[in-house]
Amino acid sequence: MKRTLLTGNGAAAWAARLAAVDYIPAFPITPQTEIIETLADWIDTGEITGRLVTMESEHSMVTAAGSAAATGVRVFSATSSQGLLYAMEMLYTVSGWRAPFVLANVSRGLSAPITLEPDHNDILAARDSGFLQIHCASCQEVLDSTLMAYRLAEDERIRLPVIVNLDGFYLSFTREPVEIPDADAARQFVGSFDAENIRFRASAPESQAVAVLGGGPYSYFRYETHLAAINGAAVYDEIAEEFSRRFGRKHDAVEAYRADDADYLFVMMGSFASKAREAVDRLREDGWAIGLLRPRLLRPLPVVHLQKLLAKRKAVAVIDQNISMGMGGILHSELASVLYGRNDAPTVLASFIGGLGGRDISTEEFFEMAQSIRQAVETGQTPAPRLLYTQTELREVRKLQAIAQVERQQLGAIDD
Amino acid sequence: MYRIRFHGRGGQGMKTASRILGTAFFLEGYEVQDAPRYGAERRGAPIFAYVRADRAPINERGIIRHPDLVIVADDSLVPIPAAGVLAGITDHSLMLINSAEKEQVWKQRLNHSGSILTLPVAADVTERAELPYVGAACAGAAARLIGVISEAALEQAINDELSDLGADIVNKNLHNAVAAYRAMASHAGLVKEGSLVSAVDYEAPDWIDLPFDDARISAPTIHAAATSVLVKTGLWRTQRPVIDFDHCKGCWWICSSYCPDGAINVVDAKPVIDYDHCKGCMVCVAQCPSHAIEAIPEKQAKADEDAMRLEIGEIT
Repeated sequence: MKRTLLTGNGAAAWAARLAAVDYIPAFPITPQTEIIETLADWIDTGEITGRLVTMESEHSMVTAAGSAAATGVRVFSATSSQGLLYAMEMLYTVSGWRAPFVLANVSRGLSAPITLEPDHNDILAARDSGFLQIHCASCQEVLDSTLMAYRLAEDERIRLPVIVNLDGFYLSFTREPVEIPDADAARQFVGSFDAENIRFRASAPESQAVAVLGGGPYSYFRYETHLAAINGAAVYDEIAEEFSRRFGRKHDAVEAYRADDADYLFVMMGSFASKAREAVDRLREDGWAIGLLRPRLLRPLPVVHLQKLLAKRKAVAVIDQNISMGMGGILHSELASVLYGRNDAPTVLASFIGGLGGRDISTEEFFEMAQSIRQAVETGQTPAPRLLYTQTELREVRKLQAIAQVERQQLGAIDD
Repeated sequence: MYRIRFHGRGGQGMKTASRILGTAFFLEGYEVQDAPRYGAERRGAPIFAYVRADRAPINERGIIRHPDLVIVADDSLVPIPAAGVLAGITDHSLMLINSAEKEQVWKQRLNHSGSILTLPVAADVTERAELPYVGAACAGAAARLIGVISEAALEQAINDELSDLGADIVNKNLHNAVAAYRAMASHAGLVKEGSLVSAVDYEAPDWIDLPFDDARISAPTIHAAATSVLVKTGLWRTQRPVIDFDHCKGCWWICSSYCPDGAINVVDAKPVIDYDHCKGCMVCVAQCPSHAIEAIPEKQAKADEDAMRLEIGEIT
């Protein structure tokens, strides 16, 4: 075991290395490229074996990943944002094949307008694809979760691909101290991939994906995939327990930070949640009974854990770093669904949207959200969903719009 | 917690500087977070990198709003708002500027009530493109100003971060970093750890309810032709390609075709470089079969240009 400074991208590459992956189909995209560059370097210098192939697109990359997994070898791949969406057709297809592999997604906001910085609309677009999802908040978690993801994907009760999500910039390019497990210890934990009946062979061509006519068989296959994903919740708990025993780090399906006695909770996913931890610490110093819940596992949604952890709280602020156009925060909707009809559900479940396109969330804004939900308890009025957005930011946008307006007028004058 | 921000241009080694400082902190037993921040990656474009270091695990993330120390590797960035050099600077913040100008000049110019220091090794580093040496010097100076990093840890950090680049480069960086470290001896420990935000007494965010704007205003579309002409990307250049017409065969097409920015036009069978937009990638230098294009450090080219203009009376 070695403790060293690694970026999130470096941690993802290390995990693929420790999992002794056989095949890595690749296609570059900022801010992910460093993962495949690192693996390519190691293959080049002979530090790892395995085959890395650069494909002509993410669509082909995920096809290759699924196909290779269907031959029974261990596969790793990585993408981000537009790349994940470009592969969307194949995400649904390969999960339907029930061929397990691990895909790292480095979150980045979606176009248009185009950006490089993170939010979760890319990964959440894959929410219903049949891939399981683990969301990370530190570089250490990226490494550990990727190792755990192989166990989850390859478990006979599941057999589905898994996406490990890390935020662009905030994790991808940020170095933090990371413990790299010894190769042997990691190998023992991950185990070898017993592909059993997954034995697609080029030398013995046969049909992999079958067509079905009629809703009966189709529903069967789709619902079986759902049941396998649901199994993931209990299996994840087992794997997290074993990981903790072996490596001393516990990655619960839902992180509960200073939540035991908390009347108030923040709920959010990803690396921005560590900012919420900071705010919780400061608010606790001021006497607040407040904590943080952070779902690591988003698919399957750890429903039982969430119901238990949210029960009997006074108020909850759900902070979504994503937006479903025409509805709002996705995690907020999911939690409302988890809590509906339960007598012990918190009466206030407030929705905040923040961090879109990497927009920072300040500690002061967390304080303000805490004030807002406390006030909601006092008045009995849940606040309307709020975008974390300031007058100053709008003023900046108005300036840019004024410039654009002048530009349009000038161009109009040219046209005349 | 220590919060440090490095500002420079792509290619000047700011990421390297942050990594050297991060590793040095780590070697001294600190928890560390270091990261670069840039847009579309281009040599010469403004970038910054930051380091957080604390004895306890770090929960803060992303850009540093209120730095304890700001290091500016390239003083031409200070007046560029988009570079954000002055963002969140308070009396508490120490600024270290790599500049030939005096500290007092910068203090008056910026009306900064906190401390400002200039990097005395700036004079040695006459060439902006003399990569990562500026970065290493910045890291060395920062390490001493912070005061909790030993010279040995700094040296070890440079070895760790740069060993892949070979002994020569490591030694040059060590030399510059250690010189900067020693030059800051009289200011050792001047940087103080910033305080934590208080939940009792804080400035509330000026939140608003974002109003509806119709799509004529709110769609992110601005249609305009030739917008790239307006962006003088030539400012990013650290090396300038100069055509030697004694050797240029007037082939018509090679350099102009290879130029990824279309910044070389052929006029009367002669290639002409558009220096307003040439980013100094030096692809033309590599491609010219008659070796008729030379790479000249931008600073030197500018100085020669000024001397010429002075001579012909264009400037006084």
